Amino acid sequence: MSEARIPAPLLALAGAGLLLFILPLAGLMLRAPWDQVGGALLAPETGTALGLSLFCSLTATAVALALGIPLALVLARTTGTLRSVLRALTTLPMVLPPVVGGVALLLAFGRRGLIGAPLHDAFGIQVPFTTAAAVIAETFVAMPFLVIAVEGGLRALDRRYEEAARALGASGWKVFLRVTLPLLRPAIFSGAVLCWARALGEFGATITFAGNLPGRTQTVPLAVYIALETRPQAAIVLSLILLAVSLAILIGLRDRWLGV
Amino acid sequence: MFKWSCRVTKAIGILVALVALASCQSYVDTTHPPALTVFAAASLQPPFDNIARQAKVDARFNYAGTQTLTAQLTPGAQADVFASADTAHMKTVQDAGLLTGPSKIFAHNRLEIAVEKGNPKGIHTLADLARPGLVVVLADPSVPAGKYAQQALAKAHVKVHPASLEPQVTGVLSKVSLGEADAGIVYVSDIVTSGKIDGVEVPDDDNVVADYSIASLSHRSAADQFIAFVLSSQGQAILVNAGFEKA
Repeated sequence: MSEARIPAPLLALAGAGLLLFILPLAGLMLRAPWDQVGGALLAPETGTALGLSLFCSLTATAVALALGIPLALVLARTTGTLRSVLRALTTLPMVLPPVVGGVALLLAFGRRGLIGAPLHDAFGIQVPFTTAAAVIAETFVAMPFLVIAVEGGLRALDRRYEEAARALGASGWKVFLRVTLPLLRPAIFSGAVLCWARALGEFGATITFAGNLPGRTQTVPLAVYIALETRPQAAIVLSLILLAVSLAILIGLRDRWLGV
Repeated sequence: MFKWSCRVTKAIGILVALVALASCQSYVDTTHPPALTVFAAASLQPPFDNIARQAKVDARFNYAGTQTLTAQLTPGAQADVFASADTAHMKTVQDAGLLTGPSKIFAHNRLEIAVEKGNPKGIHTLADLARPGLVVVLADPSVPAGKYAQQALAKAHVKVHPASLEPQVTGVLSKVSLGEADAGIVYVSDIVTSGKIDGVEVPDDDNVVADYSIASLSHRSAADQFIAFVLSSQGQAILVNAGFEKA
């Protein structure tokens, strides 16, 4: 496992890749008005946007876990054309420009949408412009990351453990809860982290489908975008805060859950 | 352990070569800028596309909210012409020392209430926008259109609870045309060129007139020619056709 084994050209490319991440970050850090960080942290708008961002991204991750793990199970256990179709459908939000995803969500859940219209006519519910819409937009964009990770984990799974459990008389439900899920823990964890990170940074689908209103649908990426044009310093500070919170959570979770 | 080996030195050498290669700028041709680059407020897209065709100018347009354009220009984005939806942002660019000629007001625009075709909710005045249960979408106050809307509502003493503050006027338009919002405040020109929504006039007493100003940012003659065409009777006619008012 010595690094010296890595051939020089690969190391060079790895270095270039790393630079692509580091340089923008360095730009952000160097341009940051550090003396204003304290004030920005205490500003009520920052707390509102940050709180909303955390709430929406965590709820989106929870929804993605509840729906995505069963979906991954179905994907991993089907074969043939059906699987290709299901797979393509699941990964579609990954390649779709988020703004297009937002329009698609409007056409489905909006007042005139496929499901939105009956919902509005029968119960007077309008999904767009609500916090729920922000959560839906984030789930739509982020869930594929979880599904792909969990499906990969399921394919690598030694199915003999499940067969043994079943042979010993466990029901399908019990096998899933007691054998499959625990074995999938690393895949679920890494998928959930990816999903959460994607949800936290979501912009295009949210602004298109949920709109932009402080306290209701204005998450940190939206607040940064609005501030970038009128108060660029505040935008940089807000970006740094989002970055710090994400890093803290990622590092903290990793140590706690995986012990690495 | 990471050892500072000959491999790492080699790697750095290759990296330097890569960067040198990348900086040859084979993709960024700075010696032959082929087109005139015009940074113009998003609301100007229909008339300016038309003007470029009529004037036979090989112009490359960057349409966006005026505040976005300003944020791009001040840190150093290259452009030949800047057309702003207000005079405040033009002043910001001027104060940054970027103008190479005087700025001129070339058109005016007014506000109008955008409603769905046929005005199903019966909206006739700004005060109607405060009606409970009505879904109203405005542009964010950081956008000129949003700032003007705020001024108009203040003049009319109307307090609106918007469902969303869109970062571009086009966001307001699309939300009304998709039927998600019952009403929004946009420019007259937006309604003239959209065709998918109806407009409700805002009386002059409450209305706000937007002054569009234009200026050159380079010494290229094509920039001056473009501005001259915009100010010519032919250019003004195109603007009037698109719902703007003559300067």
